[in-house]
Amino acid sequence: MKLYTPSSPHTHAPISVTKVMLKVLYALLPGIAIYILLFGWGVLINILLALSAGLIAETIMLKVRKRPLFPFLTDGSAVLTAVLLALSIPPIAPWWVPVFGVVFAIIVAKHLYGGLGYNPFNPAMVGYAMLIISFPREMTSWMAPKSLTETELGFAESAGVIFQNPEALKHLDAISSATPLDYLKSQLGLDHAVAEIIQSNSIFGGIAGAGYEWVALAFLLGGVWLIYQKIIQWHIPLSVLASLFLIAGIFHLLNPEQFASPLFHLVAGATLLGAFFIATDPVTASVTPLGKIIYGAGIGLLIYIIRVWGGYPDAVAFAVLFMNMCAPAIDYYTKPKVYGQRNE
Amino acid sequence: MKKLFRFPGGIEVPQYKEISITQATKKAKLPARLVLPLHQHIGAPAEPIVAEGEIVLKGQKIAHATDYVSAPIHAPTSGTVSYIGDREAPHPSGMRAPCIEIIPDGKETWVELTSHARDYTALDPSSLRNVIREAGIVGLGGAGFPSYIKLNPGPGREIETLIINGIECEPYITCDDMLMRERADEIVAGVLVIQHALQAKRTVIAIEDNKPEAIESVKSAIKQLAEDLIDVAVIPTIYPAGSEKQLVYAITGEEVPSEGLPVQVGVVCQNIGTVAAVYRAVHHGEPLISRYVTITGDVDSPQNLEVLFGTIVEELVAQCSDNVQDIKRLIIGGPMMGFAMHSLNIPLIKTSNCVLVDRGRHSQFSGREHIMPCIRCGACAQVCPIKLLPQQLYWYAKAEDLDQVQNYNLFDCIECGCCDYVCPSHIPLVQYYRFAKGEIWQREEERLKSDKARLRHEFRERRIERDKQEAEERRRLKKEALHKKATNAENKDPADEKNDPKKAAILAAMERVREKKSSQKINPKNTDNLSKKQHQLIDEIDERRKRQRQDEQQSGVD
Ligand code: SF4
Ligand code: SF4
Repeated sequence: MKLYTPSSPHTHAPISVTKVMLKVLYALLPGIAIYILLFGWGVLINILLALSAGLIAETIMLKVRKRPLFPFLTDGSAVLTAVLLALSIPPIAPWWVPVFGVVFAIIVAKHLYGGLGYNPFNPAMVGYAMLIISFPREMTSWMAPKSLTETELGFAESAGVIFQNPEALKHLDAISSATPLDYLKSQLGLDHAVAEIIQSNSIFGGIAGAGYEWVALAFLLGGVWLIYQKIIQWHIPLSVLASLFLIAGIFHLLNPEQFASPLFHLVAGATLLGAFFIATDPVTASVTPLGKIIYGAGIGLLIYIIRVWGGYPDAVAFAVLFMNMCAPAIDYYTKPKVYGQRNE
Repeated sequence: MKKLFRFPGGIEVPQYKEISITQATKKAKLPARLVLPLHQHIGAPAEPIVAEGEIVLKGQKIAHATDYVSAPIHAPTSGTVSYIGDREAPHPSGMRAPCIEIIPDGKETWVELTSHARDYTALDPSSLRNVIREAGIVGLGGAGFPSYIKLNPGPGREIETLIINGIECEPYITCDDMLMRERADEIVAGVLVIQHALQAKRTVIAIEDNKPEAIESVKSAIKQLAEDLIDVAVIPTIYPAGSEKQLVYAITGEEVPSEGLPVQVGVVCQNIGTVAAVYRAVHHGEPLISRYVTITGDVDSPQNLEVLFGTIVEELVAQCSDNVQDIKRLIIGGPMMGFAMHSLNIPLIKTSNCVLVDRGRHSQFSGREHIMPCIRCGACAQVCPIKLLPQQLYWYAKAEDLDQVQNYNLFDCIECGCCDYVCPSHIPLVQYYRFAKGEIWQREEERLKSDKARLRHEFRERRIERDKQEAEERRRLKKEALHKKATNAENKDPADEKNDPKKAAILAAMERVREKKSSQKINPKNTDNLSKKQHQLIDEIDERRKRQRQDEQQSGVD
């Protein structure tokens, strides 16, 4: 009788990388559903495009790097990268924008750095950064929620816009609009006061952007569920939001004419998606408890600085990428005190 | 009850304890042969003092301790020594080791036993320790460290807290639970002995809150025998609450220094089983020859058995299961820290608390899934009870960067397996840590060897001079020791201590300090001030055990 003699422990929690990634995807679902509901089929087509491109790129890279296909294709990491990137691209951008972005993210930001677990930068955010630098026009032309436009695009028309059908493209003017953050920024540049700007345009909703704010709140809901499920911890999201709220609050108090309210910043743009789903990406974030708080606070601060004084309308991607660079150093200096070791 | 402290990290693991507590503990069948490894404890192996063919009695010493850190071994039943030599040992490497094999005669005839039930409080500390040492008692909770050493706190050290560890945090294992339910009074009587030996100021029996019956029975035994002398601390069920460092923290809020011992923060921990063994040794003179063992996992009838040391695992499993053929994995210990063995043909020893059987049919035993790269999720760091960074340890262990693993405190890792258990990538983290520790030890040994060679050369010249000085010192110490010996009752201590004049002198000095201290101190809560009624009750327990022993022998003869 040959007995099997592995090393302890001999039992394992019912968890795997796939299960972790799947739960993150589930948590995105409410946000995605509301997004589609309020903004139309373009959102879904965008996601499907990114998904197919992502899985094909992943398969090719695994083949090239001679890695087993099954465990890595099913680990869910490529799917998650694709979905997160698709959510950061305007739903009316031409098809090659998401495709190119995802392929770049998977090949360059993930596999050229060594694949799952070895990438120092969040692949989806690298993809986003590359896109906004290469295609600034396509990447900043967003759409207004269906409720604000006369024309409502069906599935075929949405696909037409994305695949650059000249017939469908005629609708483009009717539905496209700047994002609230973008609009606010350009109007502030023209010396208008915040309150006045928000009054003047229907793209602003109750707190931030009309329609977008509901999507953002749904992401918040998903994020809280992830904490409850112990897939992520509260440290990073809370410190991102708290630091952003604090700095936005200070400037808003000093000069409400020029600086939007902290609540606006929390709900606008990709803040909530970023705080719960992007900054918490395990591979690229800090891991020590104190490190996570510093890392999150850094992201919150950078989001504000780049939004208000930087050259880009939204800033989550750049803030996250910058803090990715700092994560190893933060971890090094925030090692927790080991049990029984004397304080140095 | 005093406030408890929550140690960091830890995990909740499915317990599976309920399956092995459905029936009362029975004695295992007297086996056809017993195989007793000479090395069942931490320290030097014992040395046989019997020869092949010799007839031995139950409880007779068959191998004696060879060093300060060592423990003797006794015949678990009466019979004939049939073989002395290498046999398969219960070691994860599957190695063979020197053993004494006994063929039982079925009569269970005891050697003559000396009880100290009435006079142990009158024994001086070192004699009492010697009773425990000679009974072959070692820590039954896992490591097997000779218990008598822990009962010697060292010169000038006071024991603030004596912790009796009844936590049993590993899933599946229930032997301590059953012992507490069934023999709480013996345990309490044993605690009183240890309390006396250590003059501990506070004594706590710690039990996890998933064992309500054990808590009840221990509490009621305390109420009868030692009211107000012993506290019971009910600890939340979190693995690894029973690990010594975590338990010391939970009870006292103090951290055992890195690579140090609990006694450095004024704490001594003893396992429940050890305490019961101390009771039998002191009150009845019975050496340690059996223990409660949980036989569980994929067997027909999971249960606890009182097992004689040297019983072969296969025979034991056969008592709980019709089929021993399709076993895939055999773990001695629990699923978190136990060791998978190469064969069923190994004996159970003093430290074997559980036999866990896996036939590859239950999902809770499912092996690792595909090992994925580390996704740096930090789940491991969240659960590490030592607050290590398991992920970094893993990177450096994998890269064989032995300096960095030590910078990240590899040697503080208790190998509890929490990090491994929660890792979504199913990385065998603990295996990497064991590998790195082994590498470091090996290199250290090599370095020492080469250092030694160099030193030997360098000091050649000076040695003659030093030898001369030492000879003089020895002469002086010998004189002193001889003088001491005449005046001190220390002469019951082990032979090597007696013969080494230096050690004897140190021991004598330590004893002096201790005696001075204890004479000055206000009397702590202790057996010394038990009521008459309590003494009576203890006598009754003693009576019961004596009868049991006689019955045993009777039935053996029949
Ligand atoms: S739990 Fe596993 S995957 Fe996560 S950081 Fe630790 S070692 Fe890496
Ligand atoms: S095995 Fe070591 S590193 Fe892992 S959790 Fe336990 S103590 Fe920490």
